[in-house]
Amino acid sequence: MSGLTPENLHKAETIVALYPERRSALIPLCHLAQAQEGYLTEECMEDVALLCGVSAAEVRGTASFYDMLHTEPVGRYVVAVCTNIACMLAGAYSVLTHAEEHLGIRVGQTTHDGLFTLEEAECLAGCDKAVCVQVNHRFFGPVDREGFDRLTGDLASGRLDDEVPHHGVLNRVERTHELEAHRESEGAER
Amino acid sequence: MITGAKPIVTARMDHEDSYTIERYLATGGYEGLRKALGMTPEAVHEEVNQASLLGRGGAGFPAGRKWSMLRPAPTTYLVVNGDESEPATFKDHLLIERDPHQIVEGSIIAAYAIGARQAFIFCRGEFALGLERLTRAVEDAYEHGALGENIFGSGFGLDLVVHPGAGAYICGEETALIESLEGKRGFPRIKPPYFPAAIGLYGEPTVVNNVETMSNLPWIVLHGGAAFAALGEGSSAGTRLFALSGRVERPGWYELEMSKTTFRDLIYDPSLGGGIRNGNELKAFIPGGVSAPWFFPEHLDMGLDQDAVGKAGSMLGSGSIVVMDDKTCVVRAAWRISRFFHRESCGQCTPCREGAGWVDKVLRRIEDGFGREEDVDLLLDACDNIAPGLSWPPKQTTICVLGPSIPSSIVSAVDRFRDEFLVHVKDGACPFPPDEVRHAG
Repeated sequence: MSGLTPENLHKAETIVALYPERRSALIPLCHLAQAQEGYLTEECMEDVALLCGVSAAEVRGTASFYDMLHTEPVGRYVVAVCTNIACMLAGAYSVLTHAEEHLGIRVGQTTHDGLFTLEEAECLAGCDKAVCVQVNHRFFGPVDREGFDRLTGDLASGRLDDEVPHHGVLNRVERTHELEAHRESEGAER
Repeated sequence: MITGAKPIVTARMDHEDSYTIERYLATGGYEGLRKALGMTPEAVHEEVNQASLLGRGGAGFPAGRKWSMLRPAPTTYLVVNGDESEPATFKDHLLIERDPHQIVEGSIIAAYAIGARQAFIFCRGEFALGLERLTRAVEDAYEHGALGENIFGSGFGLDLVVHPGAGAYICGEETALIESLEGKRGFPRIKPPYFPAAIGLYGEPTVVNNVETMSNLPWIVLHGGAAFAALGEGSSAGTRLFALSGRVERPGWYELEMSKTTFRDLIYDPSLGGGIRNGNELKAFIPGGVSAPWFFPEHLDMGLDQDAVGKAGSMLGSGSIVVMDDKTCVVRAAWRISRFFHRESCGQCTPCREGAGWVDKVLRRIEDGFGREEDVDLLLDACDNIAPGLSWPPKQTTICVLGPSIPSSIVSAVDRFRDEFLVHVKDGACPFPPDEVRHAG
């Protein structure tokens, strides 16, 4: 396990600088740590704590509230099948049961090769494409049983590498602009 | 009636590259902002009042009035709520991915009107593509001179930060959203104060407005509030983006003139929902997100009108309509909705935290064939403990409205289909087939 790399520590400082209070950067920095390691390592949570001016326990406690933040390792691909009302009406539970059989794991588990973690998701706001499946928060749908096999096959073979980065990578567009309208108030931290 | 009203917030969606600044500028982008900056902030605010633009997040509070409630202070914040998570709602998702500049422009206009120097767009974390496109749009807006210290040479300066969520339905509640933006668990704040306009982000006066609300502002400034108010009827002014899902032939998003278009138009018109899948019969539909009580075939001719739907005992809420046909098991539907609330309850208030768990378990055992006859009244009793009286709008025993939203689907299903609950108990099994898998077309 490791903490944030020097490059990411630098990125983290520029993210912290976007907020009037350091602690506001806590969730963005957790995403940054997940993008690096795939999940939140102890060392990364300690780094985030230092950067945000809170204890590591506060970081863990806050992260544990949120579904997207993982404090245990997950697979390279987190496959989330939505089963909420619109997807359920489109047969989501049949797709989910099939997914469990196809991957040989239950919801919440990771395949032995570390490739797939299966999740049952709440509504992902893709209801016009029900049954909706997210892989590392990239959308696919409608997905039926055969479509699920094709999707996981494409992921395993690397055919979707450009579209679907490894778990934790959320936003590949970097913000380059610092606060400009606020320059005069810089350093006036609470 | 389907009117000829031109789309406002989805006007660019025919273009593949609708999310780029090139397309945005080629289709009138940032012209509303230029016009707004030539007006006084008060005049911009007045146009929005004139438009009688109701907040598009779910509560339907007039946007202009929300701005008027701001406590005067040296620092004011604008927070744009893009944490769309109400089940079956996918309109903000569309706007974020397909027209992020429209949100950015609307946000700058709103910030100018309320005197904010920093604004945040809180984007649902699960919208990875949306986050990328919003971030790109903000970068491009800075390059274009639409953000920064001196916007278009007007002297007005604004910084806009795209903030990612991390997966929690409750963060759509505006005080929970603020807590989350402050780097904490998404726990709704105790009221009063009822509005962040008094005490919001970092204790400062804050306006929290929905993404679709922001998306309307460039048009309203360009064409005038009166032109917006001329669309729709009464308090339901303008067009609105509706999300249609469930057992219809053509699930999707449809921007329609409010009030004049009916639920029947939306569900059955060949250019819209196209009718019930496989020619089945309509059994029930949810008119505004799963927090809303259900409607039935006798409500089909009602307009998509906030007041009319409210008077009939439900709400237009988040603008998402879920259609259930005669093959739908209402016990299963009510269970899935209740399970959602159980999973998403933040846990602060006992009626919500415990009540949601109870109704989830009881509904599940009925659906699985292990229910008892008295379970049906047990469900209503549990609901009554969450929102006493089971009235609409619901009475509140909790800090926020998540708890009181739990009874809606259960009370609707039991009131109308009590016999179906009892058949589950009597047969020891669900009488309906498994939900048929919809195949990719």
